[in-house]
Amino acid sequence: MEQILGGKTDIPDVHPGDTVKVNLKVKEGNREYTQSFQGLVIKLRKGKSFTVRRVAYGVGVERTFPFHSPLIQGVEVLKRAKVRRAKLYYLRGLSEKKIKKHLK
Amino acid sequence: MIRGVMGRKLGMGTFFAPSGRCFGVTQVRVGPCYVTQIKTKHRDGYNALQIGFEEGKKLSQPEMGHLKHVGKRLKVLCEFRCDDPEEAELGQEILVDMFKPGDKISVKGVSKGKGFAGGVKRYHFRGGPKTHGQSDRQRAPGSIGGTTYPGKVFKGKKMAGHMGSREVTIGGTEVVGVDPEKNLLLLKGGVPGAPGSMVILRKEK
Repeated sequence: MEQILGGKTDIPDVHPGDTVKVNLKVKEGNREYTQSFQGLVIKLRKGKSFTVRRVAYGVGVERTFPFHSPLIQGVEVLKRAKVRRAKLYYLRGLSEKKIKKHLK
Repeated sequence: MIRGVMGRKLGMGTFFAPSGRCFGVTQVRVGPCYVTQIKTKHRDGYNALQIGFEEGKKLSQPEMGHLKHVGKRLKVLCEFRCDDPEEAELGQEILVDMFKPGDKISVKGVSKGKGFAGGVKRYHFRGGPKTHGQSDRQRAPGSIGGTTYPGKVFKGKKMAGHMGSREVTIGGTEVVGVDPEKNLLLLKGGVPGAPGSMVILRKEK
């Protein structure tokens, strides 16, 4: 299929187990600014989207970002970790300390 | 003004609006289309433009004669009513830039054939219960009528039968994007038919 969909070509190299910082464009009224969301990649749908999980004020927050979304301004990979699963759902209930054990 | 055009459905994809919203879109290659006949109220009783689509067919002599002034062996001919047919020229090429993003159009195509389909698939019958001592009732149509009175099944009763592979028109489809270089059109949502099938696009008034 020929592309006039306006998709991005620079897709970030993200893997499950990575700690990433996603820079997002946020529009609030007339004000436009960049907001970042930092956490652990627990799910990757190749070429489609990835899900980042973080614990904010004791509450687990998961956000799924489509790779081609124009709101994503950049993705920084802060840390790489070797994991043995493609989907890291089993990390959801665990404490920070225990999660660290699973990420090598 | 030309009101309609033919094209081929290429397939579907995901489109991201600048706001970040994403939705499914259908890609359609428009044309190549040419004006093959101009019908006027004075001569034909109504105003319309006949449009030809896609070259490359072996034509019969009468068909060749009809397309003599166009100089192209066009496969498909289709007529679109319009108010001012005199403004068009014979052989004039119709390009995708007759559409612009935000336009509402109607799309006609031949839906995918589903073969001989049961009532559950064809008319969304609920089927029978799974449990309570039932057997072989899960996708059954249920009762189809009375008994001695009326003594027949009424005509038009919804039953199993051939489904799909018929002409379907959907209205109010929004044009999302236009690529004049490649003659491509992006339409919001789906359109009838399989990828590669012909669709007729008509501007809505």
